[in-house]
Amino acid sequence: MTALGKLLRTTAFRLTLVYLALFALFAALLLAFFALNARRLITEQITAIINAEVSGLAEQYEQGGIRRLVLIVDVRSRRPGSSLYLVATPNGEGLAGNVASLEPGTLDHTGWMETAYRRLDEPEGTEHHAFVRVSELPGGFRLLVGRDIEERQRIYDIIAVAGRWSIAVVVVLGLIGGFFVSRRVLKRVDAMTETAQTIMAGDLTGRLPVAGTGDELDRLALYVNAMLDRIEALMRGFKEVSDNVAHDLKTPLTRLRNRAEAALRNAKTDAEFRAALETVIEESDGLIRTFDALLIIARAEAGENGRGMVVFDAAEIARGVGELYEPLAEEKGLRLVVEAPGPAMIRGHRELISQALANLIDNAIKYAAPTPCSSGSATRGERPPIMVSAGVDGDRVLLTVADNGPGIPEGDRAHVVERFVRLEQSRSQPGSGLGLSLASAVAGLHHGALKLDDNAPGLKATIVLPRADAGTG
Amino acid sequence: MHPGDFMRLLIIEDDRDATDYLVKAFREVGHVAEHAADGEDGFQLALDGGYDVLIVDRMLPKRDGLAVIGALRAKAVATPVLILSALGQVDDRVKGLRAGGDDYLAKPYAFAELLARVEALARRRGGREDTVYRVADLELDRLSHRVVRGKDEIQLQPREFRLLEYLMKHAGQVVTRTMLLENVWDYHFDPQTNVIDVHISRLRSKIDKGFAQPLLHTVRGAGYMIRDGAR
Repeated sequence: MTALGKLLRTTAFRLTLVYLALFALFAALLLAFFALNARRLITEQITAIINAEVSGLAEQYEQGGIRRLVLIVDVRSRRPGSSLYLVATPNGEGLAGNVASLEPGTLDHTGWMETAYRRLDEPEGTEHHAFVRVSELPGGFRLLVGRDIEERQRIYDIIAVAGRWSIAVVVVLGLIGGFFVSRRVLKRVDAMTETAQTIMAGDLTGRLPVAGTGDELDRLALYVNAMLDRIEALMRGFKEVSDNVAHDLKTPLTRLRNRAEAALRNAKTDAEFRAALETVIEESDGLIRTFDALLIIARAEAGENGRGMVVFDAAEIARGVGELYEPLAEEKGLRLVVEAPGPAMIRGHRELISQALANLIDNAIKYAAPTPCSSGSATRGERPPIMVSAGVDGDRVLLTVADNGPGIPEGDRAHVVERFVRLEQSRSQPGSGLGLSLASAVAGLHHGALKLDDNAPGLKATIVLPRADAGTG
Repeated sequence: MHPGDFMRLLIIEDDRDATDYLVKAFREVGHVAEHAADGEDGFQLALDGGYDVLIVDRMLPKRDGLAVIGALRAKAVATPVLILSALGQVDDRVKGLRAGGDDYLAKPYAFAELLARVEALARRRGGREDTVYRVADLELDRLSHRVVRGKDEIQLQPREFRLLEYLMKHAGQVVTRTMLLENVWDYHFDPQTNVIDVHISRLRSKIDKGFAQPLLHTVRGAGYMIRDGAR
């Protein structure tokens, strides 16, 4: 397609053409209306003048006979810019007036007609057109009064010429304007198309140009760019997911394989084989666990499970899960305190929220440090190693697990909440290590977020969720 | 059903390897397992009845697992059904139970888990809902919430009471950690760490400590069991 052909096919150019045609048609109709009205107006004026003259002359004839009429007509005929006059005998011989010649037969009928004529003071051969009225006077004399209509024709012609020119100018200007507008639009669309092509070729970093004018193309570009941002984030996430799935599943798979190999090589007795097989089963259970966690995160990330949400009290969840983990914490010499007076109503998946909270508590138990006095009665002002709380803050519900462990360096906090991102040192810890990712994904699914703060010392992990009104659900 | 009694099971599952393994494994522990490879055959076999428990896979040729269960329930076949499925999310579980299943186990599973659940289902059919559970000299009154061992009354936290209640309801049977988590705590997720073990050891210290005869036993690789050790 040539550049011009492409230009002519643009929507902007086609629109220009349509508007141009409409405008030209409108202009033509307007001018035609003017022309017709001007013509009618002039004709009416001529008719009125002629009628007045005819009735005046007829009066003069009645009062003074043919002699007086001839006299008056002679006087009027000589005035500059006068009407046409002709007084004739019943057999058509001219008696007075300023008409040299007429179309033959003009005087035969009375009434209105258009005719060609020549004035007396004009040279032979010239011819004009006039609108005349022929009337018969008592006694058989004929009286013709008329006005030249060339002027009417001239006005008509001027309007026609003006019409043609203005339409021509409109068309030319319109085409030029359309050309430039289309070229401008085409340029921007071409730039967008080009970017789209590079993106399709696999370079997701490209963005549509934004002119900054805030017009509809800019808005489109902005939205498309936002969409591209989202797609890029998803793609990056997807890549991270596959990388991490590979890591999370391959590491235990390798361990599993090594155990089996070692057993084949070294085990001699039944008991040794049995022990090896048991560890193999243990490893595979761990694998299944990791796989389940990955599945839940993936589903939550995809926004699935939107159905089946109910309104329930998060404080009750905090108490329940806290109670589940309290003996485990105690066994490790840690005091776990739940502070959830409730109610803190939220709308969501009870099971997933419970699991997210369980993961946070599990993490806290892993990392918290026993305090010397933790086993005895609580010293006043002493913070328990693990604090689980649920509360309402404005229109939000906060589920918090705070520990006194090593915490997470501030620079890593934002990073660690991103799905599937884990700190290198935590990868070596037992468990699937996906706890924070899962909690974050679950919070996201519920239009909330996982917040990590410094507990000085330790980590304070908060699941922030929108609060549900007691009335909803 | 009592220990030593054997169960008649029907496994409706299209994976040959899995079926063969299950049939063999159930036979080894003294149960009789038959199998059907698709939904249609399974439905016909189950209609004739005589099974204690049906083990139904969700995705089956010819007739979907949930459809088979629905059709059986419509024909007033009340045999307990355990659904096996690769779909392990909460939603899937709820859907399975709503379709008429009595229990739901996600693949992959440990055989010990399946066995414990199937035995619990078969027992449930017996309709044992006593108000007082007794194992040896341990007595649990479900109405007054009193627990007595020998002559001593034992003070239990509400959750410990429910834990003991569930264990005693299934006295003589293996109860897995997952079963406890689901039935005592009503959680269906994996708590990563074995939190249940700690609860059990707390309970054990209350009911067994100081008595010559331990009642709460750990079954290696499977779970826990309350039984009269003298038998």
